[in-house]
Amino acid sequence: MAEVTNHDLIQALTEKFGEKIMGVNEPYGLLTFETHKDVIIAVLAFLKQNELASFNFLTDITAVHYPGKKQGIAVVYHLHSMVKKIRVRVKVFIDEHHPEIPTATTLWNAANWMERETYDFFGVKFEGHPDLRRILNMDDLGVHPMLKQYPLEDPNRVDKKDEYFGR
Amino acid sequence: MNHNQPVYTDNDPQNELVTLNLGPTHPATHGVFQNVIQLDGERIVSGVSTIGYIHRAFEKIAEHRPFYQITPLTDRLNYCSSPINNMGWHMTVEKLLNIKMPKRVDYLRVVIMELARISDHIICNTIIAQDTGATTTFLYLFQFREHIYEIYEEICGARLTTNIGRIGGFERDFNEIAFAKINKFLEEFPVALREFESLLNRNRIFIDRTAKVAEVTAEQALDYGWTGPLLRSTGVDYDVRVSEPYSSYEDFDFEVPVGTSGDIYDRYLVRNEEMWQSISIIEQALEKIKLEPAGIFHADVPDFYLPAKEEVYNNMEALIYHFKIVMGEIDAPKAEVYHAVEGGNGELGFYLINDGGRTPYRLHFRRPSFINYQMFAPMSKGMLLSDAIINMSSMNIIAGELDA
Repeated sequence: MAEVTNHDLIQALTEKFGEKIMGVNEPYGLLTFETHKDVIIAVLAFLKQNELASFNFLTDITAVHYPGKKQGIAVVYHLHSMVKKIRVRVKVFIDEHHPEIPTATTLWNAANWMERETYDFFGVKFEGHPDLRRILNMDDLGVHPMLKQYPLEDPNRVDKKDEYFGR
Repeated sequence: MNHNQPVYTDNDPQNELVTLNLGPTHPATHGVFQNVIQLDGERIVSGVSTIGYIHRAFEKIAEHRPFYQITPLTDRLNYCSSPINNMGWHMTVEKLLNIKMPKRVDYLRVVIMELARISDHIICNTIIAQDTGATTTFLYLFQFREHIYEIYEEICGARLTTNIGRIGGFERDFNEIAFAKINKFLEEFPVALREFESLLNRNRIFIDRTAKVAEVTAEQALDYGWTGPLLRSTGVDYDVRVSEPYSSYEDFDFEVPVGTSGDIYDRYLVRNEEMWQSISIIEQALEKIKLEPAGIFHADVPDFYLPAKEEVYNNMEALIYHFKIVMGEIDAPKAEVYHAVEGGNGELGFYLINDGGRTPYRLHFRRPSFINYQMFAPMSKGMLLSDAIINMSSMNIIAGELDA
């Protein structure tokens, strides 16, 4: 069984999607790239079905909040090809005021709760999700608590400010 | 599974459904989570899982804690095998910092992780037996979890939420009593496990209750993101220890047991066989430890490894390092890293984004119980209530890992 390298994969992806594949990187050997939310499902479907390495396993979906950026929320997908023993990380940056992205439940049932969790904590609305409700927090919480504007501790505490540590 | 065969029809003369609240504190759930089940007689028509009863916002808390303070949070994920979570977290940070462990530390970690795996599988398998009515087996094997906890106690002082080890190694070497207890465990446990198997493996009642119940195909399991013994029971030989070896697992000779039909009996057998493999791995590790230079229990990375307390009090350099680590002043690269370990229930992943601050910018736990459990409600449709209960026990859902 031939090995598949990150280089082969990114070549196949750019052939198919052209400039929609951006920011290619390999932190600690894990192929990471960004794409646009219009093509994310097509990219995931391509990764799932291509003949180089079939990424048939959805490891994880989560999000990261970067306040102040134009596209402030990154939805992060981790896929895994168990046969070729290779992983890939796909990121989609979306507008934090209109955090909408198509659902991946059409490709994997596993995405169901992962997307509900991401919705619960970041408010990302997965369009077409069969049952997009909060999952871990109570229904009337009103906020999406993992967004950076919600502090964990009492903001009046003075002993843990960054300025005391030279930052 | 009978997804497509509705048991209940409109023209049924007894078309009355019963709603049953299974949980949040039902003895059969073995944890704090709820299933609201619609029952037609004894058959389940539909179910809705509600989780989050012990959600403690670990991902949010982790964004406000230096790396070394996150270890106690990981204890409380899968609290039946805390050391695996601890080691997984240490290895994630070590991967971020590019620290290479001495072989002896790797092997000590393997010993402790495999003990944790055994204790996790003991819980799951004895509870399957308990829920099918075999209380003797439950009490008989469960005492060995106690012996494993005594070993933890000897190494780190704690039993359940272990906080074992440090980033960069262990806080202290395993002492002689710990090795003696491990050896004693390796002598006594196989005898008990063999007896446990002889009570259940060919037991007519046990087989009737578990075989061909809640069968899952490999396609369904992959589609729903199953990992660990559950996925292996369907016939997929995916084990993180083999596919992406960490902590020198590549040095060990062990087999990955797989099932065929993914039913409860197969899950039970896979877990049992994994315990045998773990015993063999621990034995190999102890042999390998003897060949390594004695007394090494951490890597030589003073920037990241918390120094011993007596040094902190008597040595200027140690005091400086101690201060810097405790205040979160370590120079970690600005990067993101995903590291997975084979937890008791499957692939336990840590997705860490570091922006150079004193705390992680973002830390996400890929928790196997959470992802495995979402199949429970859909697969319960059409199942007998009593079968669904054993199905739940065989999935080994740990509420701490479910809710994070």
